[in-house]
Amino acid sequence: MAKQLMRGSHVLGEAAVRAGCRYYFGYPITPQNEVPEYMSSRMLQVGGTFVQAESELASINMVIGAAMAGARVMTSSSSPGISLMQEGISYLAGLELPAVIVNVVRGGPGLGNIAPAQSDYFQATRGGGHGDYRTIVLAPDSCQELCDLTFKAFDLADKYRNPVLIMGDGMMGQMMEPVEFPEPIDPASLPAKDWTLSGAKGRPSRVILSLLLNPKVLEDHNFKLVRKYDAVTREETDWEEYLLDDARQVVVAYGTAARIAKGAIKRVRQMGLKVGLLRPKTLWPFPEKPLKDLTRVVRQLLVFEMSAGQMVEDVKMAVEGQAQVHFYGRPGGVIPTPDEVAHQISHYYYQAGLMEGDKPSKRHGGVA
Amino acid sequence: MAKGKIIIDREKCKGCSLCVSVCPKQCIAVSTGLNDKGYYPAEFSQGENGDCCNACTLCALTCPDIAIEVYRG
Amino acid sequence: MKKIFEAPKSLKPNLFHYCPGCGHSIIHRLVAEVIDELGIQERTIGVPPAGCAVLAYNYFDVDTGEAPHGRALAVATGLKRVLKDHVIFTYQGDGDIAAIGTAESIHAANRGEKITAIFVNNGTYGMTGGQMAPTTLPGMGSTTTPGGRDVARDGAPLDLTKMMAEAKGSVYLERVSVATPKGIRKAKKAIKKAFQVQLDGLGFALVEVLSPCPTNWKMDPVAAYEWTDKEMTKIFPVGVIKDITGYDKD
Repeated sequence: MAKQLMRGSHVLGEAAVRAGCRYYFGYPITPQNEVPEYMSSRMLQVGGTFVQAESELASINMVIGAAMAGARVMTSSSSPGISLMQEGISYLAGLELPAVIVNVVRGGPGLGNIAPAQSDYFQATRGGGHGDYRTIVLAPDSCQELCDLTFKAFDLADKYRNPVLIMGDGMMGQMMEPVEFPEPIDPASLPAKDWTLSGAKGRPSRVILSLLLNPKVLEDHNFKLVRKYDAVTREETDWEEYLLDDARQVVVAYGTAARIAKGAIKRVRQMGLKVGLLRPKTLWPFPEKPLKDLTRVVRQLLVFEMSAGQMVEDVKMAVEGQAQVHFYGRPGGVIPTPDEVAHQISHYYYQAGLMEGDKPSKRHGGVA
Repeated sequence: MAKGKIIIDREKCKGCSLCVSVCPKQCIAVSTGLNDKGYYPAEFSQGENGDCCNACTLCALTCPDIAIEVYRG
Repeated sequence: MKKIFEAPKSLKPNLFHYCPGCGHSIIHRLVAEVIDELGIQERTIGVPPAGCAVLAYNYFDVDTGEAPHGRALAVATGLKRVLKDHVIFTYQGDGDIAAIGTAESIHAANRGEKITAIFVNNGTYGMTGGQMAPTTLPGMGSTTTPGGRDVARDGAPLDLTKMMAEAKGSVYLERVSVATPKGIRKAKKAIKKAFQVQLDGLGFALVEVLSPCPTNWKMDPVAAYEWTDKEMTKIFPVGVIKDITGYDKD
């Protein structure tokens, strides 16, 4: 299949359609307006359904309905709109319904701005909605990954009957890169779901609910969800390791920030600094184990986010005090440059005494 | 000979008295005995002449708990 | 003797948890009778509200999907867009459809979603203990309007059904009442018509049912039914609000 040059937001829509999604409900918000626009005509072409809902609140509830009916269904929005969807996402998790939600993150909080950011990490991974639940969160870093992870999102949603969130950002939504799309999936060929609302013909009527008034019953349901999330953690945690073999310091970053970090790492490597990158591809489940394992040889981590510092907390938890975790972040939609990140990397590298020949500084946990 | 009769399910009845208020022939009254749920359910009687009910179904129509079955003939 | 009145098939044989004299129980029965008569039990899907009728799935013997409070018509939209040949109905209270769900309700009507909505109007928030509803009458007591609803302080009652009539996609809107046996018969006719509209694919249909809430109105059932018939109808008169179905008048 030949590669196509396509804008990120269009890639999302095209990948969803090819993954068998025939229902999209959404509302305009910058910087992802291109997604509903693309879907409005693409759905017509494939005989799917596009509804521009009256709000993000209505969108996520239409998603609930379509998911109950067994369809592969998607919505997309950006930060403030995703805030409006939190109630729906909690319901999707409690009702055990599959759905794909895309967040093209912009600067916040409040109205913020329309520039790319990574300030919705907490919102995505720490609930955002009410109750004991988890959303599976995937973090692409390129248009190709936007495509691949969209396919994966629908598969994971169906496999685990859980909402899956794709964490994009304003830059990724707008940039154009060559993408190789997999062959389209015919929705009719997808495995049948035996739990959907389809009309009680030839069987007892079914209820899909999350209201369990008896606390013991609700507790059982919650533990059932916990076991589900444990399975997701065991099977689906994903990350990329970049130049980790000889690294003395590791940068932890995802999405667009990871691309900038790679640029920074290339620069400092030319100066002889041995730096690598661990890029989480699933923000939930978070790659705790690989980070913890890393601390056997690496004691210097630099977390880099386009935010005031959110994923850094997960990194600190993951290493359980076995490494120094530094943070560099630029919130508000500012796009940092590889040079400035390189500057930060080298600053902490020198401070920890990690240069060849330098005596490793015990105070900074330097490793020879 | 009564044209109709009703059977009231004592345990379904919540004693709301709507049937009592709509019966045009006053064949229904509130009983003096409690049911298991603690309500005083409605009670049907064909009256002294044994022909109170004419199967108009107004009671069953208005009964919220579908506690009344109506028979005609 | 022949049995001429019994419980409908589409209702599960469970005892209603509703209060003595609650209108919900009557309305549930009417909807189930209509589902029986139209022969659509096997392809009907219901969306209950948050409210006293949240447990409607304990009674309606059809596939049912829970919706967050107020969102039933958006959830129903998603269901109907996927299951085009099924019959989707929502069953909502006045708070669900006309307060928190106002936007979803009006826009479902505006888009002409082929859905049937049953709007149970009892002028109060029953399940949560009797707070003011958008349809609470002026002067009517509630737990959040000390001294009764005061229009200057609390706003006037809202007629959502009238608002929906403005939306071009709404095809049949009628207000009925279960306060009297005659009203109950009319209510059933209206509910049946509203389902027929969906079967004929004409557009959005809604039946608003004035329903007593003896518990929160602090009246005995007989008095509550009288009050519904005499007082509620002053602000919410029964009758057809919109009918562009083209069906013959009965």
